[in-house]
Amino acid sequence: MADRRSPVDVVLVGFGWTAALMAQELTEEGLEVLALERGGWRDTGTDFPTTHAPDELRYYWRHDMFLETARETQTFRNNRHQIALPIRRWGSYLPGVGVGGAGVHWNGQTFRFLPSDFVAKTHNEERYGPLPEEMTVQDYGVTYDELEPHFDWFEKICGISGKAGNIRGDIVEGGNPFEGWRSDEYPNPPLEMTFAQHRFEAAANGMGLHPFPAPAANMSRGYTNPLGVQLAPCTYCGFCEKFGCGNFSKSSPQTTIIPVLMKKPNFTVRTHCEVMQVLKDRNGERATGVTYMDAHGKLWEQPAELVILCGYQLSNTRLMMLSGIGEIYNPRTGEGLVGKNYTYQVMSGVDIFYEEEFTNEFIGAGSLGMVVDDYNGDNFDHSGLGFIGGAYIASWTTHQRPIESHPTPEGTPGWGLEWKRAMRKNFLKHTSLSIHGASMAHRENYLDLDPNYTDQWGRPLMRMTFDFTENDRRLSDYITPIAEEIARNMGGREVNVSQFTDDNYDIKPYQTTHNTGGTIMGQTPADSVVNRYLQSWELPNLFIMGAGVFPQNAGYNPTDTVAALTLWSARAIRGQYLRNPGPLVQA
Amino acid sequence: MKTERLTRRSLITHALSAGTALALYPTLLSAREYRGGDAPPWSPNVADQPYYGTEYGQFFTPAERRAADALTARIIPTDESGPGAREADVVIFIDRQLAGFYGRGQRWYMRGPFPDPLETQGYQSEHTPAGLWRHGLAALDAHCRETHDGRDFVDLSEQEQDAVLKAMDEEEIEFETVSAKQFFDFAKEMTIEGYFCDPVYGGNRDMAGWRYVGFPGARYDYRDFIHHNGAPVELPPVGLLGAPYWTR
Repeated sequence: MADRRSPVDVVLVGFGWTAALMAQELTEEGLEVLALERGGWRDTGTDFPTTHAPDELRYYWRHDMFLETARETQTFRNNRHQIALPIRRWGSYLPGVGVGGAGVHWNGQTFRFLPSDFVAKTHNEERYGPLPEEMTVQDYGVTYDELEPHFDWFEKICGISGKAGNIRGDIVEGGNPFEGWRSDEYPNPPLEMTFAQHRFEAAANGMGLHPFPAPAANMSRGYTNPLGVQLAPCTYCGFCEKFGCGNFSKSSPQTTIIPVLMKKPNFTVRTHCEVMQVLKDRNGERATGVTYMDAHGKLWEQPAELVILCGYQLSNTRLMMLSGIGEIYNPRTGEGLVGKNYTYQVMSGVDIFYEEEFTNEFIGAGSLGMVVDDYNGDNFDHSGLGFIGGAYIASWTTHQRPIESHPTPEGTPGWGLEWKRAMRKNFLKHTSLSIHGASMAHRENYLDLDPNYTDQWGRPLMRMTFDFTENDRRLSDYITPIAEEIARNMGGREVNVSQFTDDNYDIKPYQTTHNTGGTIMGQTPADSVVNRYLQSWELPNLFIMGAGVFPQNAGYNPTDTVAALTLWSARAIRGQYLRNPGPLVQA
Repeated sequence: MKTERLTRRSLITHALSAGTALALYPTLLSAREYRGGDAPPWSPNVADQPYYGTEYGQFFTPAERRAADALTARIIPTDESGPGAREADVVIFIDRQLAGFYGRGQRWYMRGPFPDPLETQGYQSEHTPAGLWRHGLAALDAHCRETHDGRDFVDLSEQEQDAVLKAMDEEEIEFETVSAKQFFDFAKEMTIEGYFCDPVYGGNRDMAGWRYVGFPGARYDYRDFIHHNGAPVELPPVGLLGAPYWTR
């Protein structure tokens, strides 16, 4: 039996970006806020100072920054006629663990979704006619205009480096002319660009495209955020994604919010405490708190007035399933909503090898890049193309680390003398373009509980059933050649193209940690797990943060939109829910 | 609460400075509470050191060590263009890793069953990394003895060794106790790790791997070089513990 802890006003499950944002908002209301984090405390000076941070083996290959699969993993299969097997070593994606969550090891590519992304169904059907029945795409239930102030605030909390392209409807030279309107310029100017971006910019301009500097959570200069927390200029060390920043130069919960939070007597975080279940009252009408297991294997009950799931999308969705909240999605009947509309990201890449010039890609930053958005979202006419959504094409110079980066041209063997010599020839003379595509919901791509594999406590693992769809393949086949053309205009010796959609989705090669859907938002309890304020339709004192609420994924990195949705939800709790606790949208 | 933390910290510091394996590594963690308004939960001049394994070989038997040496030397061979796995002490790296938490598969989901996976389903061995190497090297020798007149892998010519490894890589041969392909892939991965890791882990001796490809190592400030405009940026490599030329 679980011992009871003293009740708190708010319990946050997990302590990454969304929990830090939520805690900052709700402690301002004087609420007693407790975060339960299954990993450990982490701070820059102790856990990833500059003297330790540039350690490729430890942080990436030994997964020091990531959740251990021994603790939680998923089973995976491509379709529901196969038997799913557990992911024993992470590959395609890398969930975080510990204080700061994946916000410690991200690259910091901080894009807003387009206005049309939030109304994907309505917008595309109005312009192109009805979507195929198996595409279970829907509107978010919240609009870009409603989220704009929250995007703006998060970008100021982070100190995003970038160049606005649309300030209140005025198109600004040098920014992204396709973006949604902004109330303000970015708080910091763009990062310094390097060789690859100069070549990309010239090539893209030559093709009549509209290159702009990527919005970066890497500081282009010293910055003090609106909470008074200071960040330092980025030093382009090339250890960003998969690593913590020792220089206080990458926005993370640690470098932007936690120092303020830890001064507040009404905030507490308990580490090494893994939430096992969300508890419901006898009538199943309210959440009463959670149970959690501490590091000694002792089970506790933590009562709370408000329960807010702030874990990673995969963990939040599984916790809903294990807690028996809502019905688990069944693709045969189309019934059930928890686990529905699991989506991902459609990635492809173009490698460019130079003969004379050195790219020196070890000099880089997580979001150092130039981007074109001409083929993202509905920025181009899709008539007759047979797909919706799009992708950005980017020239990133994020890193060149030798255990991971093996830029050898097509036809090079994978080992032996030829491989070794090709590594030496190309290691400093290679760059690549990244095509980062939308992933539209499909009725056969979903999450549920696995019938065969269990975790260390005997509870079912979550099962992922996912493959690239016809929409994904057409999208990649249409946009990748455009990237290839840019690449051919960048003056290299050789260009190689690789598309993940050429094969079935493979769980092994790293693609991106942008898992979305499973606890989707929408307009009615019949189409979604949470309402437009991220409030559970079933238990009004339960809120779910994170990319799990995306009904489908857009052609951008999700963090900015995840954060804006969190702040939108937090303001609704502060402004409406606390005055009158109950459903914020009448079903 | 404070006393408990200091005790744990000093235990870790002591264990690492003594250069011994920290056998209990992740289990030392215990649930902690950090209250807002208390003193900051970090201490000055204390950092979480990397676990770099034991000082001396603990895992391989002498025969296994010779086999691993021969195997890794074919994956990254030595030639006139520069050092290979042998000069970089890749076997020392692998041995230390296999003797530690990585060899035990401590962070991996290891529950069965273990049916044959689809191509897209990733690593599925029931063996820990240490077990995979132990069974893999034994199976490799057994295969070589059977097909090469009783000779072990180390006794084959380099051409013969390459042919066996190529057959493993291309799934033309199968072993009984382990998947030949899985063992080959894993051996290749750890050879590359040992060639390019920070020297603190025992491989990449004298930063041989980094020098070979021109990687400057664990540096963290390239602001002076961002505008290289396609010219070479030649910087001697630095490891986590510094660089030899600092003291010469």
